[in-house]
Amino acid sequence: MSEVLMDIQDLAKHFVVDTNFFGKPVSVLKAVDGVSFSINKGEAFGLVGESGCGKTTLGKILVNLYSPTSGKLFFEGKDLTVLNEGQRRLYCKDIQMIFQDPYASLNPKMTVGDIIAEPILINGLLPKNQVEERVIYLLNCVGLARHQRNRYPHEFSGGQRQRVGIARALAVEPKIIVCDEPVSALDVSIQAQVLNLLGDLKEEFGLTYLFIAHGLNVVKHISDRVGVMYLGKLVEIAPKKELYANPQHPYTQALLSAIPVINPEKKMERIILEGDVPSPINPPAGCRFSSRCFKVQESCKLQEAKLKEVSPGHFVACHLFD
Amino acid sequence: MLLEVKNLTTEFKLKRGIVKAVDDISFTIDKGEILAIVGESGSGKSVTSLSIMGLLQNPGRVTGGQILYKSQDLNKLSRKEQQKLRGNQISMIFQEPMTSLNPVWRIKDQIMESIMLHMKLSKKEALARTIEMLETVGIPSAAQRANDYPHQMSGGMRQRVMTAMALACEPELLIADEPTTALDVTIQAQILELLYRMREKFHMAVMLITHDLGVVSEAADRVIVMYCGKIMEEADVRSLFNHPLHPYTIGLLKSIPQIDNDSDEPLYMIKGMVPNPLNMPKGCPFSDRCEQSMERCTQEMPQLREIDGHKVRCFLYDAKEGGSGKQ
Ligand SMILES: Nc1ncnc2c1ncn2[C@@H]1O[C@H](COP(=O)(O)OP(=O)(O)OP(=O)(O)O)[C@@H](O)[C@H]1O
Ligand SMILES: Nc1ncnc2c1ncn2[C@@H]1O[C@H](COP(=O)(O)OP(=O)(O)O)[C@@H](O)[C@H]1O
Ligand code: SF4
Ligand code: SF4
Ligand SMILES: [Mg+2]
Ligand SMILES: [Mg+2]
Repeated sequence: MSEVLMDIQDLAKHFVVDTNFFGKPVSVLKAVDGVSFSINKGEAFGLVGESGCGKTTLGKILVNLYSPTSGKLFFEGKDLTVLNEGQRRLYCKDIQMIFQDPYASLNPKMTVGDIIAEPILINGLLPKNQVEERVIYLLNCVGLARHQRNRYPHEFSGGQRQRVGIARALAVEPKIIVCDEPVSALDVSIQAQVLNLLGDLKEEFGLTYLFIAHGLNVVKHISDRVGVMYLGKLVEIAPKKELYANPQHPYTQALLSAIPVINPEKKMERIILEGDVPSPINPPAGCRFSSRCFKVQESCKLQEAKLKEVSPGHFVACHLFD
Repeated sequence: MLLEVKNLTTEFKLKRGIVKAVDDISFTIDKGEILAIVGESGSGKSVTSLSIMGLLQNPGRVTGGQILYKSQDLNKLSRKEQQKLRGNQISMIFQEPMTSLNPVWRIKDQIMESIMLHMKLSKKEALARTIEMLETVGIPSAAQRANDYPHQMSGGMRQRVMTAMALACEPELLIADEPTTALDVTIQAQILELLYRMREKFHMAVMLITHDLGVVSEAADRVIVMYCGKIMEEADVRSLFNHPLHPYTIGLLKSIPQIDNDSDEPLYMIKGMVPNPLNMPKGCPFSDRCEQSMERCTQEMPQLREIDGHKVRCFLYDAKEGGSGKQ
């Protein structure tokens, strides 16, 4: 059996977007709304879903950039949600994040060397005189040269900046890295370089990844298991081969059928969904996918669908499986 | 032939030097054809379309070549005639919808204005046409949403509004610059479906700019691969994907994770990155990244050659033509 590194139980994050005269919330956006799954040690868990479904928000809860509205978060068996801020911060070093936008996520006024050294110094991981050597080592790990440590982020290309972000995350020797769309802003020829780098580093340092992306081909390449999110909820979880070969949730089926494949001989049978993703402020009643689902029944709008195991390791939240 | 671009060169004069964003490119688009242009960011795709639309901003300038629309040289027309053509017969969808939507105008007023300018309809007729177009692009409760301001809509809806605006006058040529890049795949599928329908219905031609080779493979009839402002390869969609010739195209195709591939092997990588446009390598622009680069590649610029209707710019194919490679 694989060992669970992180266990996420019914986690939610609600943002108050409007309050009344007395400061009482009148409008609440449920960005993440009751999500449960676990991430095994050494695996890459892929998270996919359309823009705004709550992927980044979930990732930010794991790295303590947001505190959850409710739910539990266990790391190596310890419940992080009961800790006070000081105790919680001790775990930040173990759980790091790399961000979607390699342009916005690095401080433009710091040299790349200082950017990578900063978390080492803050966490007091090494005596000052050993930091530089460590920075050079990290630069090498991500395929940058030692002399580049004196340069500023704007002197780097998008792919190189993403490498810097990766080196900064590695600097504190994390156990898990939340990778939030690490390649979606990059050109195709650079995406492959960064994906391979992430794969190599995972082997080398025994890392675990939560890999967030909306490119389903990218997620498939890097992940062991994949979870599909829709409007703040997980609707399906399965080992990747199973998910891609045998999607069960109507949303996953539509999502997979919408990907254009590179094969001019093959025109895909496409499930075209109607309309847009509804607002997370006023999600549809019952199953959240019911406003766009091509298999919707009257009963779908009455009750929320809960995740059920339909075959070993394959979970689906849809009333068709009741 | 609907559009013919001949030896187009567009430059940006900067303090640090001149960027040749588009470097002597020629291509044609037929009525009803979907031509895809692919390439790395900065390869000159958007500048090509802005040059055709006459929308280049300073310091950008077309410094050479011709743009012929139905055999008329666009740059020889009066400003008024140009304006009439661009917007009526040729229209464009931009990479970022907010650049072409006015944030302080209601959606319907923007589309109606464009319709009344180009189609000679009454206000009432224009409104009816606006709502019809919004329905066509899949905006739910169109009559009601027509009163929205752009910021009240999601990114996907804005993209569809812009598409509705571009299609309202039934253009013969649509230039679509990454029309789906900012969208989710399920919304992308809706927009592409819409483009196919418009092509069927009005025999509209599309110049489709994208970096998603999946989209190209699905949608295009013919493909141009650009790199550093130059055309590297051009072929019909089948030949391009079944028999790519240029080392850059071949590398690109190999480096994309395939959804129908179950292997866990590392991806093929094109090493290095696109050269700085102010500091281009001598010779073939791909030579510093190409695995097959030869002595000659770093000295001379290869010419675009045609082999059985498939064009490629690479010295590897010089011998195949039987010539010495000398121009
Ligand atoms: N600080 C915040 N305050 C209010 N709403 C927020 C905040 N952060 C996120 N949201 C909202 O929460 C929802 C989920 O956002 P999130 O960034 O997690 O989406 P995502 O799945 O990462 O999307 P994308 O694919 O576009 O990155 C969205 O509706 C977003 O507008
Ligand atoms: N306004 C501008 N000023 C200076 N250079 C520009 C400007 N717009 C584009 N360029 C340059 O022209 C080249 C082509 O850009 P573009 O056509 O936007 O590329 P893409 O293929 O990504 O659409 C790039 O080198 C870019 O830096
Ligand atoms: S529960 Fe009903 S609406 Fe929801 S996905 Fe299943 S069939 Fe569709
Ligand atoms: S001309 Fe030379 S460097 Fe350029 S693509 Fe061909 S082989 Fe490679
Ligand atoms: Mg996000
Ligand atoms: Mg562009």
